[in-house]
Amino acid sequence: MKRLEKKHPLAIRWFHWLNFPLLAVMIWSGTLIYWAYPRYVKLPQGVWRALHINNRLAEGMALHFFFMWLFLINGVLYVLYTLVSGEWRALVPNRNSFREAWQVLLHDLHLRKEAPPPRKFNGAQQISYTGVILMGLGSIITGLAIYKPVQFAWLNRLFFGYQGARFVHFALTVGYVLFFLVHVAQVIRAGWNNFRAMVIGVEVHEVNE
Amino acid sequence: MSDEVDLELRRRTRRGFITAAVAAGAGYASWKWLRTRPRIEGVEWPLRRMLEANESLAGAYFSPARLSPNFHPSDVTRARLNGRIGLQSALDLDAWRLNIEGAAGAGAEGAAAPVAVTLDEIRALPRHDQITELRCIEGWSIIVKWTGARLVDLMAKYPPAETPKYVSLQTPDRAYYVGLDIESAIHPQTLLAYEMNGSPLAPLHGAPLRLAIPVKYGIKNLKRIGTIRYTNIRPADFCAERGYDWYAGH
Repeated sequence: MKRLEKKHPLAIRWFHWLNFPLLAVMIWSGTLIYWAYPRYVKLPQGVWRALHINNRLAEGMALHFFFMWLFLINGVLYVLYTLVSGEWRALVPNRNSFREAWQVLLHDLHLRKEAPPPRKFNGAQQISYTGVILMGLGSIITGLAIYKPVQFAWLNRLFFGYQGARFVHFALTVGYVLFFLVHVAQVIRAGWNNFRAMVIGVEVHEVNE
Repeated sequence: MSDEVDLELRRRTRRGFITAAVAAGAGYASWKWLRTRPRIEGVEWPLRRMLEANESLAGAYFSPARLSPNFHPSDVTRARLNGRIGLQSALDLDAWRLNIEGAAGAGAEGAAAPVAVTLDEIRALPRHDQITELRCIEGWSIIVKWTGARLVDLMAKYPPAETPKYVSLQTPDRAYYVGLDIESAIHPQTLLAYEMNGSPLAPLHGAPLRLAIPVKYGIKNLKRIGTIRYTNIRPADFCAERGYDWYAGH
C-alpha cells in the first residue's frame, strides 16, 4: 500500500526555490559584466547582440551588487538551517559517500545493475549538494576579492592576484551551469514523485503490509 | 486506506503548487516592479539606493592603512588606452595650470578665485613612485609605474578652509569629471602623476598631469587634470551619471 513520507522540510524548499531565480539573476548580470572583458570565453559580437548582452556593463553591475545580498542571505540562512535542524547529516558526505558516488555513476551510465541505496540523498548527491554550497562560498570569497581588491588584497593573494580571483569567480559560474544541467537531467530521470517532493515536501512510498 | 492517502496527496499537491505559482507570480511581479522604477542617473532608484548603501558600508570599512599591492618593476605590463573624453580639445602645455578651487584665502573674503599652480610647483612637492594595478571597471587590469606628488601633499600646501567631504577633478574642457570621497583623495597612494612607466605622460595618457588612484576603478583615474575643487557637496561624476556606482572604490 501507499504511504506519504516527509522528505524536504518547508524551509529547505523555500531556500532551494528562492535560490533558483537569485542565482539566475546573478549569472545573467554577471554575464552583462563579463561582456565588457570576455577574457576566458570569447563569442562573436553578433552572438552577444542576439542575446542582448552587449553594452550593459553599468546595468549588470548595479543588478549584481543588489542581488548579491539576497543571494548571500538566502545561502547563509540555508546553511544555518541545515546546521540547526540536523538536516546536514543527510547532506554532508561521509566515509562511504565517495565509493557510493562511484557506484551511482556506474549505475546511471548503465554499467552497474544495483540501484543506489534508497536513502534521502545518495553519495553522489551528498557530494554535489555539499560541493555546490562550497562553490557558493568560493563565489562569495572571490566576489569580495574582486569587488574590493585593495581592502581585501589578502584575499586576492590567495588566488594569485586580482585576475586570478576573477578567473576563479568565472570558473565557479561555469560550474553552476554544469551543476544545473546535470541536476535537471537527474530530476527528470528520477521522476515526478521525486520532483513533487521538492514542492510539497512529501513523497509517496510503497510499503508492504 | 489508500483512498485516504490519495486524497491527502491530492490536497497537499494542490496546496503546494498553488503556493509555488503564487510565489513565482510575486517574484516575477517584483522583478517587473524593480525594472520599471524611475531612474536616478541611469539606473532604477532601488538599485541606485543599494549602490549608495554599499558605499556607506565600504566607506565604513575603508582604511588608509590598507594599500594597493606594490609590484616589482618587471611586473609592469604594456599600457592600455581607454577613454579620450576630455582630451580632445587643444592643449598648450606651457599655458597649462592646475586650478585649485575652494582653497582657504584663495580670494577676497573667501570668494572662490582659484589658485593657479604650475607643473614645476607640483614637481617641487615630495616625489613618489609606486607600481600598482590599474583596474578598469570593464574587468581588465594593467600594472603601471606611476611617479608624482601625493594629492594629500598638494592639499596640505593649498589647504581648504576646512576639511571638505569631497574633492572634484575636471579636465580643462570640463568634458570629463570625477568626484572623490575625501578618504580616498587623501589616501597615501593617490597621486597626481606626471610620469608613467618612467617617462613623462603621453598626451593620451593625460599629459601633463593625471590622477593615479589605485583605491578606485580606472574611471576615476582622470587624465589631464584642469581643476581640483574642494567641496562639501557631492560632486558630479561622469560615469555615475551614466549608471555606474559613484563610489567605484576598491
